[in-house]
Amino acid sequence: MRRRSALAAPLAIAGSAMAQTPPQRLRIGFAVGYAPFSEIGTDGQLKGFEVEVAEALCRHMGLQVTPVILDFDGLIAALQSRKIDAILASMSITPQRQQLIAFSSPYYFSPVRMVMRTDARLEATPAGLKGRRIGVERGTIHERFLAEQFKGSQVMRYATQDQVFLDLKAGRLDATLVDAVIAQFGFLNHAEGRGFGFKGPDFGRDEHHYGKGIGVGLRKEDAQTLGKRVDDALAALRRSGALKALNDRYFSFDLVSPTR
Amino acid sequence: MNFDAILDEFPKYVEGLGVTLKLLALSLSCGLLLAVPLAVVRTVSKGIASRLVWAYTYVFRGTPMLVQLFLCYYGLAQFDAVRESWAWPWLSSATFCAWLTFTLNTAAYTTEIIAGSIRALPAGEIEAAKALGMGRALMLRRIVLPAALRRALPAYGNEAIFMLHGTSLASVVTLLDLTGAARTVNATYYLPFEAFITAGAFYFVLTLVLVGLFRWAENRWLKPMMSR
Amino acid sequence: MLLHGFLPSLLEGASVTLGLALSSLAVAIVLGLVGALAKLSRSRVAQGLATVYTTLIRGVPDLLLMLLVFYGGQVAVNTLAPMLGHEDYIDINPFVAGVLTIGFIFGAYLTESFRGAFLAVPPGQREAGLAFGMSPRQVLWRITLPQMLRHALPGLSNNWLVLVKSTAIVSVIGLSDLMTRGQQAAGNTREPFSFYLAVALIYLVFTSLSELGFAWASKRLAIGAKEARL
Repeated sequence: MRRRSALAAPLAIAGSAMAQTPPQRLRIGFAVGYAPFSEIGTDGQLKGFEVEVAEALCRHMGLQVTPVILDFDGLIAALQSRKIDAILASMSITPQRQQLIAFSSPYYFSPVRMVMRTDARLEATPAGLKGRRIGVERGTIHERFLAEQFKGSQVMRYATQDQVFLDLKAGRLDATLVDAVIAQFGFLNHAEGRGFGFKGPDFGRDEHHYGKGIGVGLRKEDAQTLGKRVDDALAALRRSGALKALNDRYFSFDLVSPTR
Repeated sequence: MNFDAILDEFPKYVEGLGVTLKLLALSLSCGLLLAVPLAVVRTVSKGIASRLVWAYTYVFRGTPMLVQLFLCYYGLAQFDAVRESWAWPWLSSATFCAWLTFTLNTAAYTTEIIAGSIRALPAGEIEAAKALGMGRALMLRRIVLPAALRRALPAYGNEAIFMLHGTSLASVVTLLDLTGAARTVNATYYLPFEAFITAGAFYFVLTLVLVGLFRWAENRWLKPMMSR
Repeated sequence: MLLHGFLPSLLEGASVTLGLALSSLAVAIVLGLVGALAKLSRSRVAQGLATVYTTLIRGVPDLLLMLLVFYGGQVAVNTLAPMLGHEDYIDINPFVAGVLTIGFIFGAYLTESFRGAFLAVPPGQREAGLAFGMSPRQVLWRITLPQMLRHALPGLSNNWLVLVKSTAIVSVIGLSDLMTRGQQAAGNTREPFSFYLAVALIYLVFTSLSELGFAWASKRLAIGAKEARL
């Protein structure tokens, strides 16, 4: 016994000195077509604010990011069937989603506005948009909000927000309900966004519908383990100012500090 | 499995069924009407007409229907010239774009199926017709086309079913067909299995109907020709 | 640059698409031959099984099947594996999932195509073979199959072409093929026409090569068969 343990100790030390265990990987689901949060660049590389947040969090947790790109409406199914371990796709924390999955504490908050032609004589209200066509990304909280609050309008569903903007520009849609930052960066700041603008209030203030900000989606059973690690990492990034620094590199306004 | 939500949303599926059937019927019928004359041109003519038909089927068979649909729906809308033209009221409609793409696509495949069937006719039948002094038009009408169309039935049955499944692409350009209904239900309730299996059941029944239809057609028109 | 620098990405996606299509075809041809022979056999059981296979698979759109196989298979594997003692999570590679699903789907379509092709061989050929004292297996291998290939070619080529294009749906399960990359580029640059045209042209190249191949094969197999002049 003693002889075996006498050998075991030096062997174990030698072993751990030689073997460098590679960091465990975390498969993260992203939904692209959502610049500047998440997009595919010309070199085919994944990039964006959320991608960098994911990398920063994982660096802190000692994990390696393995990105998986999916359509937004397939993310929760992928998480539940273990195709991915986390969702970082501008997914709002809502009571409906919390019945299925868990969320980390929020990493950003975003205003939600309607985008229309500036010369359109339409009000961004259920009455004003009655019978009109409003484009939305399938599976988003905006889709649910429209289905509940804008019952008289025709809700047109698309796989990506990019496609919504294409049809808005083409005149097939009268409006779209979307994250204001996306609209600003992905559409209004570009040539094709000329003639369009925001109309109406910030619907995101409605916490009942819009929940409490954007969080990292996780499986319920991982809430106490991985979830806690993510929350700790997020808190650390906030404390050190790294999260705000990331914010400032992308935006000229503050998205990450809780305002409510 | 939780099918309560599906029961609540059943009307969506029924509506989707209507859209699917409408698209399928219109595309198949227009496609077939287009394909028969094109197949004749393809096999009978030698000159530029035959080449043009070949080019058309070549391009439409050679590219995915999804790409064709995107080109028609998103691609054309990119150009101001298109949006300001007379064609815009048509092209801006997702239903029209889907119908147009599906029709052109199925016509291309059907043309090749019928053309292949014409070419595969036993040489003896043609020679007999010529020996009897039949002109080309008469030969086509009484001998070639009836035989070729019948021989094409198994392959065309396949094509009809491909089109049925192909109509599910309509959901990709905002149309609420069966697949669109399933995707909406899935996105609302996060129940992918229940949502898609239900749609699958609808498609399955539709396919059975189509298969039965073609089997009846084969028994009526094809089997008597075969000596077994 | 016309394609804003997205060309290398598109070409990479194209190679993924090609690999997927060829692997799926191999699976599909094997399943198709087995299925057609089963349907034409005298055994009621074989006929029944083949009919269930073709009817079920041909009954549902590829898109739906993909989703069911991928997410359902994942859940099934992860439920069964712990029961069998596996601790770790077993990943179903999207490529493998794609090949199996598409191969399985097109095996059903090829069953019908091959069945039609077998039926198109004049029955006298088979009868003559049997009259000469050949066993049914010899008849199949030496007489029926070679002749059936000529008739199967149009159906096979049609199905191959459809198969190549069906590979576009694997983007649903996260496989980064040609279609996915085209969509991403189109969305990024707001120039859907250019990119979908580029994607279409690449698929057309695949098709051209396929058609050339099939034309050659058709000519080889048609030696000895008379084609009428209209």
